[in-house]
Amino acid sequence: MPMIEIAHVSKWYNPTFQVLKDCTLDVAKGEVVVVCGPSGSGKSTLIKCVNGLEKIDQGTITVDGIRVDAPETNLPKLRARVGMVFQHFELFPHLSVTDNLCLAQMKALGRSRDQAVAKAMALLDRVGLKAHARKFPGQLSGGQQQRVAIARALAMDPIAMLFDEPTSALDPEMIQEVLDVMVDLAREGMTMMVVTHEMGFARSVAHRVVFMDQGEIVEDAPKAEFFGKPRSERAQTFLSRVLVASH
Amino acid sequence: MNYNWNWGIFFQPSPEGAGTYLGMLVTGLQWTVVTALCSWALAFTLGSIVGIVRTLPQAWARRLGDAYVELFRNIPVLVQMFLWFFVLPELLPQAAGMWVKQLPNAPFWTAVVCLGFFTSARVAEQVRAGILALSRGQSMAGLALGLTRAQTYRHVLLPMAYRIVMPPLTSEFLNNLKNTSVALTIGLLELTARARAIQEFSFQVFEAFTAATVVYLLINLVVVGAMSLLERRLRVPGFIMAK
Ligand SMILES: Nc1ncnc2c1ncn2[C@@H]1O[C@H](COP(=O)(O)OP(=O)(O)OP(=O)(O)O)[C@@H](O)[C@H]1O
Ligand SMILES: [Mg+2]
Repeated sequence: MPMIEIAHVSKWYNPTFQVLKDCTLDVAKGEVVVVCGPSGSGKSTLIKCVNGLEKIDQGTITVDGIRVDAPETNLPKLRARVGMVFQHFELFPHLSVTDNLCLAQMKALGRSRDQAVAKAMALLDRVGLKAHARKFPGQLSGGQQQRVAIARALAMDPIAMLFDEPTSALDPEMIQEVLDVMVDLAREGMTMMVVTHEMGFARSVAHRVVFMDQGEIVEDAPKAEFFGKPRSERAQTFLSRVLVASH
Repeated sequence: MNYNWNWGIFFQPSPEGAGTYLGMLVTGLQWTVVTALCSWALAFTLGSIVGIVRTLPQAWARRLGDAYVELFRNIPVLVQMFLWFFVLPELLPQAAGMWVKQLPNAPFWTAVVCLGFFTSARVAEQVRAGILALSRGQSMAGLALGLTRAQTYRHVLLPMAYRIVMPPLTSEFLNNLKNTSVALTIGLLELTARARAIQEFSFQVFEAFTAATVVYLLINLVVVGAMSLLERRLRVPGFIMAK
């Protein structure tokens, strides 16, 4: 059974604008799937449907056997087990780095403050930011903030991680420090769905690459096949463009 | 102009019996402060709830909140004061109406309720603006971590929203304080009413209203000073206000 199962999902933002068109995609346990595609193709929308931040109109989404789209599903409980990392970090500015990592552990998982802090410290150590535990998000660089955001998601002991363009708001010199953390995570066997145009990341750790265009999943191929020669013309054009842009 | 200045008037006994004219001013100040604080407590509570409701995903809830704000914001506060004091008791069932009219300190309670609702509409507007000033990503981040929507408001959105709108909320607090003077029309013996009584008894019109003016100004200074202290204490390190 796949960890994330997206089956025939369609979504409309208004009666005339269909943002997702019959999307089907599975992510197995321990698998890393990179989703790419031109701006506006629906990548963010799709990934937000996975933890129910966006509602779907047709189809089904199942995470670890639980239907995300079912009205009886306890969404907060499900979301607490699925980590999400945003393009613009979305740390809570009024909370210290430690408290950013502790808030949901305490409020959603019911951990004690001591347990939460211990977990937070271990994760900050892992992303190389233990020395910054008492600082506030506004006092950190973009790359540091994004690493804190990853640590915040990991503090919940997630069964899968969703990334929506985690490096595209960063200055070039900070991208690698964030990718390094993600690569480590992938190598440890974390289930990951990653929207990114970092083809270097895709090449080194992705198992599959999914290409979206205009709300459709145009291509879903093993990494080697995708980079070898994408079947669709749209993916070929896109690929040649991002590869040129990143070199 | 032939005016007989007499600042000594405040130390002369008031014609109301015990105490001096200064004493009249002080009791007036007390009513002003108590009315302002009680109505603010009501306004802040109601206004926060309505402000939050106006940012919920449910469209019907937002519309209800909008209607509330339009209702209480667009009727002049003097008219609202008369409606609560003279009209409402007549509309209630007879027993309830009588109870309201015979309430001890009826003008005080009426002023608290009236100003509380009036100012709550304005507080709601600010609270809503504060929440909307935050990026949509903030609430998504809270929800994505498994917080409920209520927890997301309580721990993520509101702490920043209140900080952002602290300056306009301070001026709403001061507006509310000044609006307590409207309650003299329903017989609340607050600061302005007392200044007018001093003038009527003693004919020292300038002294009476100069004193009232100075007192209002002093309260203003204290409030502004206290709020900027509070703002400094709650300042978020490294956070630059967008506006
Ligand atoms: N809340 C919304 N209401 C209406 N339309 C929306 C909304 N959110 C996104 N859209 C539209 O849906 C389409 C897909 O948006 P989405 O953000 O999923 O694209 P994306 O692939 O993530 O693009 P990007 O690479 O720019 O992040 C876009 O055309 C966008 O304008
Ligand atoms: Mg996007």
